[in-house]
Amino acid sequence: MASELIELKGHIIDSLSLPRVLDDILAQGGQFEIEEIDIGKTRPEPSYARIRVSADSEQTLEDILAFVEKDGASRVWQWDAELAPAPRDGILPDDFYCTTNLSTEVRIAGRWTPVQDIEMDCGIVVEDGVAKTVPMNLVLAGQIVVVGHRGVRVEPPERKEVPGAFEFMTSEVSAERPKGLIVQEIARAMVETKSRGEKVLLVGGPAIIHSGAGPCVERMIEDGRIDVLFAGNALPLHDIESALFGTSLGVSVKEGRSSAHGHEHHLRAVNTIRKLGGIRQAVEQGVLKSGIMHACVEAGVPFVLAGSIRDDGPLPEVITDTPRAQEEMRRKLKGVGFALMAATVLHSIATGNLLPARVKVACVDIDPAVVTKLIDRGTTQAMGVVTDVGLFLVELEQELRRLAAGKVTSER
Amino acid sequence: MCPPDYYGVEYEINPWMDVRRNATREVARAQWNALAGALGSLPGVTVNVIEPRPGLPDMVFAANAGLVVGKRFIASRFRPPQRRGETPHYERWFADRGYQVERLPEDIFFEGEGDALRSGDTWFVGYYFRSDARAHERLSGLLGQETLPLRLIDPRYYHLDTCFHPLEEDSAIVYPDAFDEYSRQVLHDRFPRIIAVSDEEAERFCCNAVVVGKTVITAAGCPILRGDLERRGYDVRALGFSEYIKAGGAAKCLVLGL
Repeated sequence: MASELIELKGHIIDSLSLPRVLDDILAQGGQFEIEEIDIGKTRPEPSYARIRVSADSEQTLEDILAFVEKDGASRVWQWDAELAPAPRDGILPDDFYCTTNLSTEVRIAGRWTPVQDIEMDCGIVVEDGVAKTVPMNLVLAGQIVVVGHRGVRVEPPERKEVPGAFEFMTSEVSAERPKGLIVQEIARAMVETKSRGEKVLLVGGPAIIHSGAGPCVERMIEDGRIDVLFAGNALPLHDIESALFGTSLGVSVKEGRSSAHGHEHHLRAVNTIRKLGGIRQAVEQGVLKSGIMHACVEAGVPFVLAGSIRDDGPLPEVITDTPRAQEEMRRKLKGVGFALMAATVLHSIATGNLLPARVKVACVDIDPAVVTKLIDRGTTQAMGVVTDVGLFLVELEQELRRLAAGKVTSER
Repeated sequence: MCPPDYYGVEYEINPWMDVRRNATREVARAQWNALAGALGSLPGVTVNVIEPRPGLPDMVFAANAGLVVGKRFIASRFRPPQRRGETPHYERWFADRGYQVERLPEDIFFEGEGDALRSGDTWFVGYYFRSDARAHERLSGLLGQETLPLRLIDPRYYHLDTCFHPLEEDSAIVYPDAFDEYSRQVLHDRFPRIIAVSDEEAERFCCNAVVVGKTVITAAGCPILRGDLERRGYDVRALGFSEYIKAGGAAKCLVLGL
């Protein structure tokens, strides 16, 4: 949808200039929204209207503007974005425009150009008339970067006519929620994402394994419900420990009892995988026969494991160079339309930072502070679910199966 | 007024003009003299004359030079390049006589009294073919009065004064088909006792009238309008403007009110 701001000044009410222009916009196939109107209080006092005109295509918009300009409407004077070269590799120019996660356009040579790969807290690089976000650490010396706020416009999030759970619960975090309804909404959102041809991302923490939800997630991966997995060292390691020893941090996942020398299990697990060269090799050599990571390898679901300072081992696939991990996450986020963040603070916020606001996010944690934190860091589209992640995932997996069964039934 | 020493149809900037049908100089001169004489004979009217300049055949149409309000002269910005040379001469004439000369921004076309006529405290400003719609807003800023833009839709009636002339506060001579429906609505709202002229009489430039008190000087050959005006107590003086109609003008176009 192309749009442009116009303004109309003078005696536009009594002369019927305003209704004429508005009628013309509609008659020419456009739409309008009056952003501001100030009507003169006396006859000699002029009035003012600022109107956003939008149309399906740039061409229709141009035609409409050319038409209404003859009736006195003029484009609100708009500036091209100011540009400056990056002074050094990894350094943005002073006063660089800092992105949000909302759809953004920059005006280059009089044309509004959409910014590609929108991501919050980045700069905008312009090359060959194409604008795209670039994280600070990846900018190269001499790249042309948008500075200041002129010539940049951010589209506010779409307004929805019919509120669903994602609308009326957005930005509010509370344990006082009908969980069943939320689980249904999330399951439906996951199915819809897939049907649009987009991917579902799971960002998971180790509590998934402690709480016994590992097998649910394993099934969801096997059933093709999850297309990408982000985690740290802990989730895959506990998952592998559970697959190799039946314990998570030494506690039997099935019986809940501590095993003798169980505390050694996760170190032995990481040592085993390191010895084999990695998770994939462990699966290929038949050592790792079950669990989430096994399912990922078998189903070809890509995963990015981003390390942190307290990791044991770590597993060979864990990326310990943080900027490189971010880059890998960025690459794997292409095509993601829904993100389920379960029981991890660090990786949820890190992923939220990389996601455009149009991607729906559900954040499940027993601690309300996690969701609040995620939203406060700018992932305002996140819907918070305060509950035990194990119970939640079990219900979610069942709901997904119910939806799939319903679909099969209706197809017959 | 500007004598027709250099008047002629030398280019075509409106549908009336056809360089193959030039004005007859002697007839044009006689028609101009008749108008000047009729005006000068009205009580309280003095005719001032500006020196005509060669190469500016339309300078004769003084109404398009600008707008006079008290001791201020708001100069025109002509859309046709052929007429832009007239402006400095008119500006100098007014400046020499103590008028304050004012100009609109360079990107706004405005053709003076041809497109701006006052009724009571309201200015009616024609736009589309010659003046820009945005001119009305600038004028309202300069004049501090209500200025209502009126959209012209017929290229034959390219100036407001070719299809509209206010009489008293509640009446005006109007050729309705020259306006779009919104502007027609505005005219009907503002002038409940409107006199709508016919196609034939509009083509004879009957709207292009000079009104002084209860006297209306207009083009000959418009008996219906004449009857309407006389019934309302006006003294109608019908004069010939055949040579000026060849360039798309008549009585009103030849006169700029001071």
